[in-house]
Amino acid sequence: MALCGGADRGSHSMDKSITLPPDEIFRNLENAKRFAIDIGGSLTKLAYYSTVQHQVAKVRSFDHSAKETDGDPLYEISVQEEITARLHFIKFENAYIETCLDFIKDHLVNTETKVIKATGGGAHKFKDLIEKKLKLKVDKEDEMTCLIKGCNFVLKNIPHEAFVYAKHADSEFRFQNTHPDIFPYMLINIGSGVSIVKVEAEDKFERIGGSSIGGGTFWGLGALLTKTKRFDELLQLASKGQHTNVDMLVKDIYGGAYGSLGLTGDLIASSFGKSATTDKEFSKEDMAKSLLHMISNDIGQLACLYAKLHNLTRVYFGGFFIRGHPVTMHTITYSINFFTKGEVQALFLRHEGYLGAIGAFLKGAEEDNPNQYSWEENYAGSSGLMSVSPELNPVQRARSGTFPFDMLEMDRLERQLVNLPLLQDATSYIPDTVDLTEDALAREYWLYCFEEALDGVVKRAIASQKDQPEAVERAEKFRQKYRHKLQTLRHQPFAYGSLTVRSLLDTREHCLNEFNFPDPYSKIKQKENDMALKYYLKVVKSVEELSWEQRQFTLAKGLLAGNVFDWGAKAVSDVLESDPEFGFEQAKQQLQERPWLVDAYNQWIERLKGPPHKCALFFVDNSGIDIILGVFPFIRELLIRGTEVVLASNSGPALNDVTNSELQILTERIAAMDPVIHAALREDRLALVQNGSSSPCLDLSRLDKVLATVIRERGTDLVIIEGMGRAIHTNYYAMLSCESLKLAVIKNSWLAERLGGKIFSVVFKYEVPSKAQEQH
Amino acid sequence: MDIGGTLVKLVYFEPKDITAEEEQEEVESLKSIRRYLTSHTAYGKTGIRDVHLELSDLILWGRKGNLHFIRFPTHELPAFLLMGRDKHFSSLHTTLCATGGGAFKYEDDFRTMANLQLLKLDELDCLIKGVMYIYSVVSSGPPECYYFEHPTDPERCEQKAYNLEDPYPLLLVNIGSGVSILAVYSKDNYKRVTGTSLGGGTFLGLCCLLTGCSTFEEALAMATEGESTCVDKLVRDIYGGDYERFGLPGWAVASSFGNMICKEKRDSVSKEDLARATLVTITNNIGSITRMCALNENIERVVFVGNFLRVNTLSMKLLSYALDYWSKGQLKALFLRHEGYFGAVGALLELPNPS
Repeated sequence: MALCGGADRGSHSMDKSITLPPDEIFRNLENAKRFAIDIGGSLTKLAYYSTVQHQVAKVRSFDHSAKETDGDPLYEISVQEEITARLHFIKFENAYIETCLDFIKDHLVNTETKVIKATGGGAHKFKDLIEKKLKLKVDKEDEMTCLIKGCNFVLKNIPHEAFVYAKHADSEFRFQNTHPDIFPYMLINIGSGVSIVKVEAEDKFERIGGSSIGGGTFWGLGALLTKTKRFDELLQLASKGQHTNVDMLVKDIYGGAYGSLGLTGDLIASSFGKSATTDKEFSKEDMAKSLLHMISNDIGQLACLYAKLHNLTRVYFGGFFIRGHPVTMHTITYSINFFTKGEVQALFLRHEGYLGAIGAFLKGAEEDNPNQYSWEENYAGSSGLMSVSPELNPVQRARSGTFPFDMLEMDRLERQLVNLPLLQDATSYIPDTVDLTEDALAREYWLYCFEEALDGVVKRAIASQKDQPEAVERAEKFRQKYRHKLQTLRHQPFAYGSLTVRSLLDTREHCLNEFNFPDPYSKIKQKENDMALKYYLKVVKSVEELSWEQRQFTLAKGLLAGNVFDWGAKAVSDVLESDPEFGFEQAKQQLQERPWLVDAYNQWIERLKGPPHKCALFFVDNSGIDIILGVFPFIRELLIRGTEVVLASNSGPALNDVTNSELQILTERIAAMDPVIHAALREDRLALVQNGSSSPCLDLSRLDKVLATVIRERGTDLVIIEGMGRAIHTNYYAMLSCESLKLAVIKNSWLAERLGGKIFSVVFKYEVPSKAQEQH
Repeated sequence: MDIGGTLVKLVYFEPKDITAEEEQEEVESLKSIRRYLTSHTAYGKTGIRDVHLELSDLILWGRKGNLHFIRFPTHELPAFLLMGRDKHFSSLHTTLCATGGGAFKYEDDFRTMANLQLLKLDELDCLIKGVMYIYSVVSSGPPECYYFEHPTDPERCEQKAYNLEDPYPLLLVNIGSGVSILAVYSKDNYKRVTGTSLGGGTFLGLCCLLTGCSTFEEALAMATEGESTCVDKLVRDIYGGDYERFGLPGWAVASSFGNMICKEKRDSVSKEDLARATLVTITNNIGSITRMCALNENIERVVFVGNFLRVNTLSMKLLSYALDYWSKGQLKALFLRHEGYFGAVGALLELPNPS
């Protein structure tokens, strides 16, 4: 990293020799437009919108009217450039503002932008500098409006944005589920003073109160009492102090508790009360701690009084007093718990520092109507919570050689994402089965597992672009980036919200994309699809000869055997790498004999003896044998029974999962061989719909809106979820309002053991909602 | 007695209708104590009798006499107990009614040091009883209950008597070392709504640390001389004037001590300014919490008591102003002359009938 620290943070000058690491900060500036800036007391937040050119692997069917020869692939893979939109947010210290503006000026090429939206107390101070450097007109926006707009945006679009802070719990951060309905809520912004805002709708908010005792009081009074100048240092002092030396406690007055009122002896009766009655020296640490308690308790008390008066239960805290400081999050949480007796929880936000910049940006982007898109946090380009430790002082930072900046990047998805309409309770739905933030053992294992698999992924990425010599270098960069992410997550599992197997997988996909490896498995998928297609008719015929009961079992077993072919599972990819002949039959032999680890097959077969389902929604998993020899024969039987089938597949590539565009071509080919599939397609009894995701896992609260419509229109009454990623790591406990099958082969011995089985154990979970739940 | 965190409040009833016979029978120790209390206005270095609060010709338990109001710092309690031992308090065959936290904390000391048995009473029960009693017996002289008329206009602001005949419901805010806020619905129906640790003790404690003063009177004198607007950051310091969008006037404090984050400003303020800012911060905060409680409890009348308000017109006017301004005239701040003594009076009234 080519930079040196050592800038003087006190003044707004900086070391001119600083060179910014352009690969890492202010990325994609060439096409940047719509700038916004939020300048606070010590930090500047810059926002801009850019377009990112990505390579994406496209598949296109060959023209099969020409005579086919064996060994010809059935579709063509071509790498194309695709342009997607991305939001960039960068946070850095005010001392670097001039360096940063110069950098932006030098790198901004194709912009038509004329204005920059600005907010925050410092916007005024730096107005001339910005206008001179960037030749953009500074357009000031109201601070509070920006704050609220930004808050609405992150609450709606970023999963696990809000969290509860619990200092002494196993995991300090408990992330909240994204609520579809975020209003009404209360935002308490603790800057120099305190503002209390009630937000009732997107554009409806009101400042219902405030207090002059805020961060400025802690800082100002703290500086007077302790002769310590910096806010961070004051907090550090406070974290080492004992407030009981300075405060008068209930027990100092009563000798114990004030029992009849339920006031415990340790309660503070009078802040700084001891310094009024005892003539002694008090330590800086103790005074800072006492001050911190005094201010936090006071703010907490007012917050509770306002929450009660306005009947609000969701209370978010922000402002520089809170900003990532565990000390203040703890004291505020304590205060809220005390004053509401646990009825209201203090909530904090992962991207709290960005709210003003996000809001100012959105003010400038209103004509783009950002609400018509969905947004996704890009884990590759975002720093994560506490990336810049507030406890690190500038000298330590300079020594560590890091330029202290923090980034957030959001990718725009050109579709709206919605809940699966068949979720029993969308508000309590949690996609992930295990929260690795809380489960330390599981976290340890999975982090190790992903690190172990990294070599293989790098190799695969290089192999997928043999024709491009610089792919090796890019793959190495990918390795470094992802390894760094894994290391960060080892120490800060809370960095991107709850750590889950899904988030680890998604982070890997984001990092691969970042270095232009859009689809490392494209050629493998192609090869495996080709091979599996050759066996399709054979499999279908052999099944047709069986009795009804035998056939159902063979189909179920085939589905499970197909699911063994998963490059995402290390145990399997090792086998597939070493033994290319490993086939469908071998896979069947690997499967666990019944009774399976989770075995509801008997109930399923009983159900099949009844009337056919109206419509089955099938979330498919791997390409090749899985989809062609496992899934298709299975759904073929459903179609014959008179059940409509919707195959939901990924919109974009992830591992060897079949994508929607691949599935289109495969289905076409199968239809050409198989009159049952052909008829079903023609009569629209078989539909192929993309799920809106590019993840090996499945979040049923973020599905393509089109899919949700199809599901509703067809009266779907059966949901089948297949594979480890979609049915075990996620959705294992998902409660649906219709019948469901969750099927997977556990291709990981650690996980199998945890569930009480061995590798290649089978999960065959069939669930029927109770009548009472169905009516919901 | 009311033994608080900072001050001990002592109320003494001196019968004036003592007959010659009674006087004959009286033990010497009682006479000596009465003489000591009534002939002095100061006791030792720190004990004070608030002569201006004395109530004469009261009828209590069928006796006519004067009620005296005495206070001394809680840390002088051991000296008080030694004096009680020397003056043979324990020979009086009387019960000492005590309330406040100290009644519990020092109960053993009373017994071992002065051979005195305490009748311990709840401080909030006593507080309310004391308020109602004093209001009912004061009929002549300066009014017990008063308010400030035109609190938002310094030119016309003046003290006026207030008729508290029909007092309920009432928000009673007791500002001692800390603050308790009570909602009182009738003579014996009340609840403690909340409290805050930012009270008189905080004002004095911070002033001692910031200015090196050591007494409440000193701190208050400095505050009277000082100017808080150079210490605090006002709305107009940030917005250049009013923050109209949210109806915040430019003179409102945006951040208490907010200007003190800057070294140049820290170096230019006086001790008096710091004392004033401390007083304004604590007072406004009490006003703000009180207003929220009044809204939540739906009570419009607020009575402030407690020794923080003693000779502290600055805070009383500030509270009157704040309540009136932020409630748009809905809330009224009331004050009582015997501000800090109600707990002690309430305790006295619990004395088992001495006749």
